[in-house]
Amino acid sequence: MIHSLFLINSSGDIFLEKHWKSVVSRSVCDYFFEAQERATEAENVPPVIPTPHHYLLSVYRHKIFFVAVIQTEVPPLFVIEFLHRVVDTFQDYFGVCSEPVIKDNVVVVYEVLEEMLDNGFPLATESNILKELIKPPTILRTVVNTITGSTNVGDQLPTGQLSVVPWRRTGVKYTNNEAYFDVIEEIDAIIDKSGSTITAEIQGVIDACVKLTGMPDLTLSFMNPRLLDDVSFHPCVRFKRWESERILSFIPPDGNFRLLSYHVSAQNLVAIPVYVKHNISFRDSSSLGRFEITVGPKQTMGKTIEGVTVTSQMPRGVLNMSLTPSQGTHTFDPVTKMLSWDVGKINPQKPPNLKGTMSLQAGASKPDENPTINLQFKIQQLAISGLKVNRLDMYGEKYKPFKGIKYMTKAGKFQVRT
Amino acid sequence: MTDSKYFTTTKKGEIFELKAELNSDKKEKKKEAVKKVIASMTVGKDVSALFPDVVNCMQTDNLELKKLVYLYLMNYAKSQPDMAIMAVNTFVKDCEDPNPLIRALAVRTMGCIRVDKITEYLCEPLRKCLKDEDPYVRKTAAVCVAKLHDINAQLVEDQGFLDTLKDLISDSNPMVVANAVAALSEIAESHPSSNLLDLNPQSINKLLTALNECTEWGQIFILDCLANYTPKDDREAQSICERVTPRLSHANSAVVLSAVKVLMKFMEMLSKDLDYYGTLLKKLAPPLVTLLSAEPELQYVALRNINLIVQKRPEILKHEMKVFFVKYNDPIYVKLEKLDIMIRLASQANIAQVLAELKEYATEVDVDFVRKAVRAIGRCAIKVEQSAERCVSTLLDLIQTKVNYVVQEAIVVIKDIFRKYPNKYESVIATLCENLDSLDEPEARAAMIWIVGEYAERIDNADELLESFLEGFHDESTQVQLQLLTGIVKLFLKKPTETQELVQQVLSLATQDSDNPDLRDRGYIYWRLLSTDPVAAKEVVLAEKPLISEETDLIEPTLLDELICYIGTLASVYHKPPSAFVEGGRGVVHKSLPPRTASSESAESPETAPAGAPPGEQPDVIPAQGDLLGDLLNLDLGPPVSSPPLTTSSVQMGAVDLLGGGLDSLIGGTNFVAPPTAAVPASLGAPIGSGLSDLFDLTSGVGTLSGSYVAPKAVWLPAMKAKGLEISGTFTRQVGSISMDLQLTNKALQVMTDFAIQFNRNSFGLAPAAPLQVHAPLSPNQTVEISLPLSTVGSVMKMEPLNNLQVAVKNNIDVFYFSTLYPLHILFVEDGKMDRQMFLATWKDIPNENEAQFQIRDCPLNAEAATSKLQSSNIFTVAKRNVEGQDMLYQSLKLTNGIWVLAELRVQPGNPSCTLSLKCRAPEVSQHVYQAYETILKN
Repeated sequence: MIHSLFLINSSGDIFLEKHWKSVVSRSVCDYFFEAQERATEAENVPPVIPTPHHYLLSVYRHKIFFVAVIQTEVPPLFVIEFLHRVVDTFQDYFGVCSEPVIKDNVVVVYEVLEEMLDNGFPLATESNILKELIKPPTILRTVVNTITGSTNVGDQLPTGQLSVVPWRRTGVKYTNNEAYFDVIEEIDAIIDKSGSTITAEIQGVIDACVKLTGMPDLTLSFMNPRLLDDVSFHPCVRFKRWESERILSFIPPDGNFRLLSYHVSAQNLVAIPVYVKHNISFRDSSSLGRFEITVGPKQTMGKTIEGVTVTSQMPRGVLNMSLTPSQGTHTFDPVTKMLSWDVGKINPQKPPNLKGTMSLQAGASKPDENPTINLQFKIQQLAISGLKVNRLDMYGEKYKPFKGIKYMTKAGKFQVRT
Repeated sequence: MTDSKYFTTTKKGEIFELKAELNSDKKEKKKEAVKKVIASMTVGKDVSALFPDVVNCMQTDNLELKKLVYLYLMNYAKSQPDMAIMAVNTFVKDCEDPNPLIRALAVRTMGCIRVDKITEYLCEPLRKCLKDEDPYVRKTAAVCVAKLHDINAQLVEDQGFLDTLKDLISDSNPMVVANAVAALSEIAESHPSSNLLDLNPQSINKLLTALNECTEWGQIFILDCLANYTPKDDREAQSICERVTPRLSHANSAVVLSAVKVLMKFMEMLSKDLDYYGTLLKKLAPPLVTLLSAEPELQYVALRNINLIVQKRPEILKHEMKVFFVKYNDPIYVKLEKLDIMIRLASQANIAQVLAELKEYATEVDVDFVRKAVRAIGRCAIKVEQSAERCVSTLLDLIQTKVNYVVQEAIVVIKDIFRKYPNKYESVIATLCENLDSLDEPEARAAMIWIVGEYAERIDNADELLESFLEGFHDESTQVQLQLLTGIVKLFLKKPTETQELVQQVLSLATQDSDNPDLRDRGYIYWRLLSTDPVAAKEVVLAEKPLISEETDLIEPTLLDELICYIGTLASVYHKPPSAFVEGGRGVVHKSLPPRTASSESAESPETAPAGAPPGEQPDVIPAQGDLLGDLLNLDLGPPVSSPPLTTSSVQMGAVDLLGGGLDSLIGGTNFVAPPTAAVPASLGAPIGSGLSDLFDLTSGVGTLSGSYVAPKAVWLPAMKAKGLEISGTFTRQVGSISMDLQLTNKALQVMTDFAIQFNRNSFGLAPAAPLQVHAPLSPNQTVEISLPLSTVGSVMKMEPLNNLQVAVKNNIDVFYFSTLYPLHILFVEDGKMDRQMFLATWKDIPNENEAQFQIRDCPLNAEAATSKLQSSNIFTVAKRNVEGQDMLYQSLKLTNGIWVLAELRVQPGNPSCTLSLKCRAPEVSQHVYQAYETILKN
């Protein structure tokens, strides 16, 4: 099982270590540093590194490496999933997960880590339960604690932990009872030079924020559940009911949680809401190249596309760019060769356009690779897969909750090749 | 004095200050001080000097302070064992606390204090906690047993904690079950032989129930545990699969992959015709695809596993090619894995798409990735024949880009394509030659030289091209030098007139100016060949080359099967069995896929396999029937004594006439076919037969010639059952002919004459090739040795067991019947050596369910000895490999009726037992081949 955990910042300092079994010397991280040096970028450090006596499994998030040390055969996915859960928990507790924040809260971090694993076995990883055991720091609580001498460690056994609904604490009370669901879909797509789709898939999630008194039992049904053939549920969802009736039936955890994530694959045709027209040309002899990009709406079901940004990694041979956008602002970093254009909203009547010239290294031959264009955008009030919630009902409690469903479509890894 | 004193004083100062604070009366101050201590500890500072002061703070009702002190204790108890004893009392007291949280905390912390002295005090509280009324305490205690086992295994066993832990598997609370399983699995891992997780249908049922209710982590432990179980039949396997499939929809990817492991393993037992099998295949695809939308680290592990799954069951993901397309900002480790899987999934249906993608990747920035993409195009060409042309044109397009490393990779793979499809794409050679100057990597240069040499007759200026390489001969790497030498010799053999000078130049460079022995030797060989016999040289150098195999990068089937059992583990990430890398070699158990068994029992499973009787040792006499029949048939066989071998057939016919009708009831419609007399060595039928067989016995004993192993003679027909005639015998195989060596002893009081022999129809058509020739009458107490030549062209009827042979022997007294088992190796023919390529193809071709595995125990042979022993019995070693210290011998043999048997023999030096895997289209022979192996190897 998981032996130890080291947190390493991007400059290669170990700023926290936690051991669940015997102490493993931090020199074991030298193997990690070696691998880090070999990799050109932090993202490229391999997640599994063997050393003579241990294995190092790492995840890289928020510019911090979370390196777990294991000694025996342990499922690596188990370790990596757990590390991601650690990061999520820190984020949940402190709002952000960064080196200074972890250092400021080092004792709470330590207590939380101790609660999460026992002898390397996961103990409590549900945010609901952890928060009952170790209360997250707030300004108010810190003040109160210093005055009254009380602590942020709960001295009662978390009630939910051993019930049939371990994810929910008992005795929840709210004056305003509300349940909000966000259906968020991300489009991952690769578009080729000519504008046709090579792959496109939708990664969707339904995130919930449920603040309901008591033990509510919710059901959520869809207009078109057939779309959901590849789904992953939160443990609270009753699988049998879904299998037979295609209805989500569950007792929700308290607070924010991810109810389900789903995947709509390339087999079902995925609508692509934007198009990108591009004309990027280098000429062999000249030291100037032409550059033009136009972004416009395609299949948007009448909704506006907002928050559009275009980024592109230009070839090394490009020294500088002189461009004029029809709207928004753009920057080009001559060191990293990163072009980014913050477009904003797309007006369908007047598609935004960025046009100009690139100055290339004189005398060098034209670059081998073509830049790939990365696109970010958001569409409110639309789930691009067409998924629609039919109704949400609550059983088990008498009050009437506020209910709300929001839809949103975003670009995930949306790439246009040129 | 150096400056270092300042550092020590500051450090001392800090510790000193903390000490004072820890001993303060104020609770608040104490707590802050402990927090400071913990903070220093987290960044790796040594604060062990404060041990007694911190432990003093332990007696408190403030839970946070208590927890903090415990945290400290766990870290430092080991360095201060004597001090740690001070803490024991508090622990024991806390284990009695009314608050379950405190009870659990105490038992949990105690387990983390890795001090021997403390463990003794731990036993009593732990025993209580294992039976605590609160499940939270029980589940914590379960883990504590694993901790304690790690510190002192003997103690845990003596105290009977393991049994208590096993009982917890039946606990009412699923969380307790999951933790008990986890703890037992961890303990079992360090004691592979202990058989702690004794899985049976009842406990499996409990685990499956707990699976639905416990936490995600518990589900992983339970699923991994389930994967070690072997269901008793396909129905049980299916019902487990049905209850595991819902886990595929879990949000935790580790749960999903563990469920995939269980399903992949148990699927092996399901029949492919089952509807459920198809449904299951369909259900496996979406979760695997979903794993690829997770974080890159998870993707990496998932991809390594998918790589295995795709090799084992390509049908699962064959329509999902697109999800493996590479995004340009994927981390490099994900990109390379995706590329690998793309090639594995490439087929005629999707090759166009794949090629378009690969071409796109070849223009990316990352050099490693680009190179692999170009190689991938070549692999596609070799894998999918129909696409070869398109691949070649794609490669040509890439060569036109003139990007240096792309061109070089392209040339290397085009060479492979030429080898795979000779005389098809040579038109592109001109384009390749244009790029000659830009090649600077040895592999690409060598590939180019090979192409020029191989197709010298079609390249007008081949001599010029090769000459240009020759200039810097000594600066080239060995690889290039060797290719250049061979290339020029090829050129010379094709165009001898113009290139005499060139060839002399290269030969002298290689033989006189080089100090590389490989190069010099090859130079000399060519030189001698060319000077002594140019025609022979041509035959040698320009010989037709074997085609290159389609997929050189496939994981070997047995290893693949083993790895499938390790899906989701480190082994699956490294594509090596755990024994190859797990620390300390804790005697890892090899796992294997369960054999496909139907509901009805089958004798295929390895457990039941060695039960069969060794051949030829227990003659199966059928006296009752024989006597009865013998009395009924008053047979009168004509004396065959004088008949020379040439007239065998007529005698045989006579024998049929005589034996014929009567034997029908026993052996059903005798229909003997006369053997071709040419196959019978005349000398064997001659009167000196007995002497000769003695001689043969000797030679075969020494093991010269191609003599296979001969078992000592065994009594087939005891004298009591045959009115005084005792027959013992054995089977031999000598230089292609089989014979039955008989020893007839007359134990009766009267003289025996008129011997004749006949076989019933049998599985391999064994029949006497000559009549039984006993020349002189057999007087009482006389023994005669006879070697009876056998042929395999008799009529065939499947016997049970397969190698059963029923024999009738007649003399002037009566007809006697007996049956015997012949060792299968007498049927192994001399031309049983299979070509390597054929072997690979056939091995892959034979379905996995035809594979049988056996253990040969107590056979302390090394690979060489085994090879030569087996070789003398016509089991031929096709290839040999060494995998992690084990020798793998790949062997083939052919039976007289043309059945091929392929074998993989795993021999481990120092281990007396070896493992034999047999694959054959007629799986029923495997058992007998195994027995033959065992007999040969042990004698």
